[in-house]
Amino acid sequence: MLTEPTAADDKIRCDACPVMCYIKPAAAGACDRYANHDGRLVRVDPHILLERTVSHGGRLVPFQATGDWDGKIVQEPNIFVTAIGAGTTYPDYKPAPFIVSSEIDGVDMVTVVTEGIFSYCGVKVKIDTDRYLGPETATVRAQGEAIGHVTTSEYGSQMLSLGGVHHLTGGSKKEGRVTCDALMDLSNCKPVELAIDGGATVVVQAGHAPIVNGVAEERMRVGCGSATIGMFAKQWQGKVDEVVVVDDHITGVLSEHQAGKLLDIPDTGIKMKGRRSTPGRYFQVAEPGTGWGGTRISDPLSVLGPFDAKKAHPGMTMLMVSTTGEHAAFYELDEALKPVEKPIPADLRSSVERIQENCEPALCTVLFMAGAGGSLRAGVTDNPVRLTRSVKEALTRVTSGGAPVYVWPGGGITFMVDVTRLPAGAFGYVPTPALVAPIEFTLRLSDYAALGGHMDHVRPLASLKKGSTETLQMLSQAPAAGRRP
Amino acid sequence: MTRTPQIGFLADGRRLHLQDGPIDLIVEAHGGEASLRTAYHAAIYRFTGLLDELCDELPALRSAADPELCLLKRKVARRMHAAVAPYAIDHFITPMAAVAGSVAEEILGAMLQDASLDRAYVNNGGDIALHLADGEQFTVGLIDRPDQFGMMRTTAIHSSDPSRGVATSGRHGRSFSLGIADAVTVLARTAAQADAAATIIANAVDLPGHPAIVRCPAEELQPDSDLGARLVTRDVGLLEEFEIISALEAGSDKARALLAASLIDGAAMHLQGKTRVIALKSFGATVPHAARPQELESAIYA
Repeated sequence: MLTEPTAADDKIRCDACPVMCYIKPAAAGACDRYANHDGRLVRVDPHILLERTVSHGGRLVPFQATGDWDGKIVQEPNIFVTAIGAGTTYPDYKPAPFIVSSEIDGVDMVTVVTEGIFSYCGVKVKIDTDRYLGPETATVRAQGEAIGHVTTSEYGSQMLSLGGVHHLTGGSKKEGRVTCDALMDLSNCKPVELAIDGGATVVVQAGHAPIVNGVAEERMRVGCGSATIGMFAKQWQGKVDEVVVVDDHITGVLSEHQAGKLLDIPDTGIKMKGRRSTPGRYFQVAEPGTGWGGTRISDPLSVLGPFDAKKAHPGMTMLMVSTTGEHAAFYELDEALKPVEKPIPADLRSSVERIQENCEPALCTVLFMAGAGGSLRAGVTDNPVRLTRSVKEALTRVTSGGAPVYVWPGGGITFMVDVTRLPAGAFGYVPTPALVAPIEFTLRLSDYAALGGHMDHVRPLASLKKGSTETLQMLSQAPAAGRRP
Repeated sequence: MTRTPQIGFLADGRRLHLQDGPIDLIVEAHGGEASLRTAYHAAIYRFTGLLDELCDELPALRSAADPELCLLKRKVARRMHAAVAPYAIDHFITPMAAVAGSVAEEILGAMLQDASLDRAYVNNGGDIALHLADGEQFTVGLIDRPDQFGMMRTTAIHSSDPSRGVATSGRHGRSFSLGIADAVTVLARTAAQADAAATIIANAVDLPGHPAIVRCPAEELQPDSDLGARLVTRDVGLLEEFEIISALEAGSDKARALLAASLIDGAAMHLQGKTRVIALKSFGATVPHAARPQELESAIYA
């Protein structure tokens, strides 16, 4: 905030917007939002708060501490006020929209509530599928615009890293807008269609199964092919001569696998394609794709070479199954030792179902990740770095829309939050473009004072309940030298 | 980072709310889903930075308009000037008298440039720009006291009507008035024209020298007001009925002249519970309002 009292008549000049009104004592500027109160610039507009918010259809969202919401905007006794809809100015010169103090278990708590505008932000998307979505580092597009890339895959999942300042503001205007839209929709748990260069098209929605090339993914794999052999070897023993678990990562072969050896399962003369890692474990039996076990094959026999006639014999049986149990086929060798498909016997069918049962439902999960920079922190305290330190020392609890966050170690306050934990519609945007996300800092009142908090802006929770313009004035203080972060 | 407007949808999920400094817009469009999305994006993008654009020429915009010559550069500023220029020969008027309507028009124009819409409005604090595709219509509610709740009547604007702008001016609004009208609502071809005309007519609803009227130099209230030392109305005491009629008649004279000059399509003037309507067509039926005193019905249909 900037005030320039002039000697003559106590006018102050408001710099909340470029109109730069001169405001006389007891008068308001052209916007009717800022006024001169005894020579100080005050915000008289209740901002995006309570009654006016509700009557204007704003989005103030109370976070439940306990029990069911009874429909009241602010609840007793222990309320946690979230930042959603708190609104913000760039708080490098204005305190955070409101700073609420509340008694929680006898400890006087302060929650500094703001909506942060994050240029440095993005989402990390985990897609539970072994299907091939695209090569690592491939560009991920929404509406044809690059919005991120494929990053290193995790267990049973493909990972995307989307957004970030490069796509938001470093590219074309359209790229920035599309990126911003996609991030906001993903963060608000809406479905977004993503196309990966050289790979698949996938519809991602937080908390829902991914839809890969039009087909909804159902399950994560139970393990890699080798792990599946290890888990089910005993159940297959005596019921079938050979089992091949097809998997994009490691394809397992029962008779060669350590688990088969321990059960004295005899050699079958099977010949696998791909690169053998250790006995019974094969890499790269086929190209990755959206077919069996995350490979591109639709005919599992294509991963096999001819059986060794010295070891194989006509009538020998073989089960081939994918790591999700989604695909399975049963074969018998004919006189020429060629596998011929037969109906799967009931006792083997149940092992396939067991694999399915052990696969967890495939989900897309979206973590919003952003950094609270100097300016946002200044909305909370005079001395931004103390807030950072306080967070690191766990004196200050950071939440986003009331949801717990993980604060990344190191400098700044870079946090991640599971977007499904936030109330609906918690994320907004400004056309910078940048995302607007709620962020709250909760700490003991005494700790807040100690870190240079805006003590004169702290309002008891009771004052937030009334919601009238008069009681919701928020006083700004005269600027201190070197205040800007 | 630069200052950016506040952008959000109201709770109904339909109306877009844009605010930047003194500009506060409610925007709603009807049409296909894709068109709406495009239109709202266009509104947001045009809105961003618009205030800065205006402020670049603020000193000129706050100066009396030259009826013949416009030295302003930016589109919205030039539109403001064009809307007030017809009045500049006979009145002191600055382009600021049309700022709200001009901004509303600009945002609506940006939306229509990018999207095909059935109907749309941009409401800038009561100064409204309308779009109506063939066969569409809007029902507009009129209020006599912008600072109080209650709608006194409605009027329908159909696509076959010429009006695409609605503006309300009066002493209870955010800007100062030289007159005493509680509210003057004007229909005109454009929002900028309606805005300027509402200001002029509201100024004309007056009882010069009346002891119950408290006036004060504008610059004493707002040091940088475009009205400078001119006396603006601060308070109006209770008036006798003949005084109210007299003041409304002064406004009606002005409104009739503007109607004859095709500067407006209609005007409704309100003062202390009485209403005068000067219009091309009828303003619709009075909305029942229990607490409202009996109105003086003296609509004149031109």
